[in-house]
Amino acid sequence: MPELNLVQAINQALAQEMERDERVVVLGEDVGLNGGVFRVTEGLQAKFGRERVVDTPLAESGIIGASIGLAMADMRPVPEIQFEGFLGPAYDQLVNHAARFRTRTRGAITIPMTVRVPVGGGIHAPELHSDSPEAIYSHSPGLKVLMPSTPYDAKGMLLAAIRDPDPCIFFEPKRVYRSFKEEVPEGDYEVPIGQAKVVSEGDDITVVTWGAPVFQCLAAMDELPDDVSVELIDLRTIYPMDTDTIIESVRKTGRCVVVHEAPRTAGMGAEIATVIQEACFLHLEAPVQRVTGFDTVMPYYKLELDYLPESPRIVQAVRECLAY
Amino acid sequence: MPKKTVYKATIEHLQILNEDGKLDASLAKNTLTDEEVAFLFEQMVIWRHFDEVAFKLQRSGRMGTYPQNKGQEAAALGSGFAAKKGTDFLVPCYRENAALFLHGLAPHMILLHWMGDERGNQIPDNVNCTPISIPIGTQMLHATGIAWAYKIRKEPRCVVTYFGDGATSEGDFHEAMNFASTLEVPCVFFCQNNQWAISVPREVQMASETVAQKALAYGMPGMQVDGNDMFAVFKATRDALDRARKGGGPTFIEAVTYRLADHTTADDAKRYRDVKEVEAWTKKDPIIRHRKFLESKGLWSDKKHAEVEAKAKKIVDEIIKTAEGIEKPSPADIFNYTFAEIPEQLRVQRDTMRTNSLGQDPSQTGLKTEHAHTR
Ligand SMILES: Cc1ncc(C[n+]2csc(CCOP(=O)(O)OP(=O)(O)O)c2C)c(N)n1
Ligand SMILES: [Mg+2]
Repeated sequence: MPELNLVQAINQALAQEMERDERVVVLGEDVGLNGGVFRVTEGLQAKFGRERVVDTPLAESGIIGASIGLAMADMRPVPEIQFEGFLGPAYDQLVNHAARFRTRTRGAITIPMTVRVPVGGGIHAPELHSDSPEAIYSHSPGLKVLMPSTPYDAKGMLLAAIRDPDPCIFFEPKRVYRSFKEEVPEGDYEVPIGQAKVVSEGDDITVVTWGAPVFQCLAAMDELPDDVSVELIDLRTIYPMDTDTIIESVRKTGRCVVVHEAPRTAGMGAEIATVIQEACFLHLEAPVQRVTGFDTVMPYYKLELDYLPESPRIVQAVRECLAY
Repeated sequence: MPKKTVYKATIEHLQILNEDGKLDASLAKNTLTDEEVAFLFEQMVIWRHFDEVAFKLQRSGRMGTYPQNKGQEAAALGSGFAAKKGTDFLVPCYRENAALFLHGLAPHMILLHWMGDERGNQIPDNVNCTPISIPIGTQMLHATGIAWAYKIRKEPRCVVTYFGDGATSEGDFHEAMNFASTLEVPCVFFCQNNQWAISVPREVQMASETVAQKALAYGMPGMQVDGNDMFAVFKATRDALDRARKGGGPTFIEAVTYRLADHTTADDAKRYRDVKEVEAWTKKDPIIRHRKFLESKGLWSDKKHAEVEAKAKKIVDEIIKTAEGIEKPSPADIFNYTFAEIPEQLRVQRDTMRTNSLGQDPSQTGLKTEHAHTR
C-alpha cells in the first residue's frame, strides 16, 4: 500500500470522488493552477478542467454562498477556505444559511456541501492563520464538524463528508499536513462521520483530543512512566460527537483529560466534561481536566508554543489528574 | 418612446513619467520638484534594499512569511508623499511599507510583525497609521469610519487606505465604498492593482475592464494612474486629498503596477505566471524610469547611486539589528492586552500558564508543584 501524507491523502480523495461523481466541483481561492496554497488541490484542474476546479474571486462569503446555490441545484460543491481565520467573512452564509436550510424548509431544500479548511497553529504562520474555531461551528446546529489527524482517516472521512446529505466543515490540521506518511488504501473506503478512534488502549486515564494535538498527546505518553496506562481517543468528528466511546472509556478509567488548541471557555472540552459528569458521575475518581489554548487571541508565532497545548502541559495535567 | 441614455462614463488613465524616464512637462507642473523626486528616489532605493534583505531573512530562517513590496514602491511613495504627515492617516494593507515609513513608522516594526511579534503593531501615538492588515479587504471600512469621525468633528484631515486588486472582490470593499460615498467622508481609496491576487490574475478576478470603474457604481470619482510613475501617483492622490479636505468626499484611485516578486516568501509564482510577463514588467520597474529621469536632469550619477546604496545598506543593517535585538516577548503578553482590565479567570490562566483546574490550584490535588499560582 502506498504511503501518503495528509495533503496527498486528501488530494487523492478529491480526485477519486470527482472521478466517481461528476456533480463534485472544487472551488476557492488559488485552488486551480496553483493547486491551493498548501497544494491540496494540486493537479485537479489539469485533470478535471476549469469548469470543475474553479479559481473564484477573493470573497469567502461569495464562495460559501455560491456553494449553497450549487448544492441546491444538485451539485456537490467542495469549497476551500484558504485559512480558518477567513471563515469570518463566510460565517453568515455558513451559519445562517447552509446550516438552516433543511430545518427551515422542513427537508425540502438541503445543502450537501463540504467546506475544506486548513486549521490550527504551530507552523509559524501570520495572524489569522493559526486559529481553532471548531467549537463555534459545533455550536451552530445544522453543521457537521470534522477534523481528521491522519492521512488514512482524512481520505475516508472526506469521502464520507462529500457523500453526506448535509453541510460539513472539514478541518485539516496544518501542522500535520506533511508531518508524516502512512499507508492509505488506493481504493474507495469511508470512515464514518461521528465515530471516534481509540488510538491506544489503557486503564488508568482517558485522554480525549483531535487534530494536531493527537501528536502532542502521543509525545506526552512517551514522557509518562511506563506503568501509567493511558487510553487515547481521537475524536475525529467534533459534531456529532461519539459520546459512547468517551463514556465507555471513562467508566473504565475514572479519569479524563481533554486536550484542544482552541480557547478553554465554551470550548469543546467544556462539552465533553459535561457529557462525562452526566454519564460517568459515579465512576469518576478525579475532576475532568482541560488542557487547551488560553482564553485569549491566538498569539503571533513567537509565543504560539506558549499558547498551544504542548506535551509538557499535557504530562503535568495527566499526573495531577492521576494523583487526585 | 425612444430609449435614452441615463448614464455614461469614462475612466481616465494618467501617466506623467513614462517607462523611458520621459516626463510630460505640462502635466508635471505643480507636482514634484526635482529635489522631491531625488529625495523620493533615494527612499525607493533604500526600501527596495530593505525588501530584498527581508526576503533573505525569511530564507535564512530569521523571519517568518514576508510579502515583498518589490516593484510597487512608486505607488507607495507617491501616494504617501501626497498625504500630510502628522495630519492625514494611513490605513494600509501590507504592500506599501515605504508609505508608512514616510509617515514616521519605525521600519523595524514591519520586520517585528513578520517575525511573529505583535509589538510590530504597537503604533506610537505620533504616527498616523493602523498596523498592516492581513485579512484581505477588511480595512477599508475602518478607514471609512476614521474619515467619518474627521468629518463629524470638522477636522481638516483625510484618510488614505490601501488594498489590492483582489481585495475589491470582498463584500466589505463594496460596503466601504458605499458608506464612504453616501456619507461623503474624506477618504482616498488607493488600490494597488499589481495584476495578481496570489495566483489569480486580474481578468479572472473580475470581469470589469478596469478596477477604477467600480467606483462609478458608488457615485465616487474613479481614475487610473500609472502606479510606477511617482508624478502621476502623487498628482492623483494630492488632488483627491485636496478635494476631500474641502468636503468633496472620497475618491478611488487604481494604481496600475506589478508585483515583481512572489506573492509572499511562501509562494512560487513560477507555477502560475509567465516569465515573459515578468520580464516585460521588469522593464517598467519604477527604479529604472525615475533614475533615468534624474540622470537626464543631472541630479543622479553612478557615483551618487553607489553612495545611496551604501547608505541603504547601513540603514537597513541598523533596522535589522534593532528588530533582532528585541527579546522574545513575555508569555504574560499573550494575556495582558485582551482587555483594559484582566478578568479574574484570565488572570489565573496567565499567572499559572495552565488551563486545567488542578494545575491552576494544586492544593486540590495534594500534589506539590512548583506552579502554585499567586492567588
Ligand atoms: C479574507 C482573506 N481571505 C484570504 C486571504 C489569503 N490571501 C492573502 S493575500 C491574498 C491575495 C490578495 O490579493 P490582492 O488583494 O490583489 O493583494 P496583493 O497581495 O496582490 O497585494 C489572499 C487570497 C486573506 N489574507 N484574507
Ligand atoms: Mg494584487
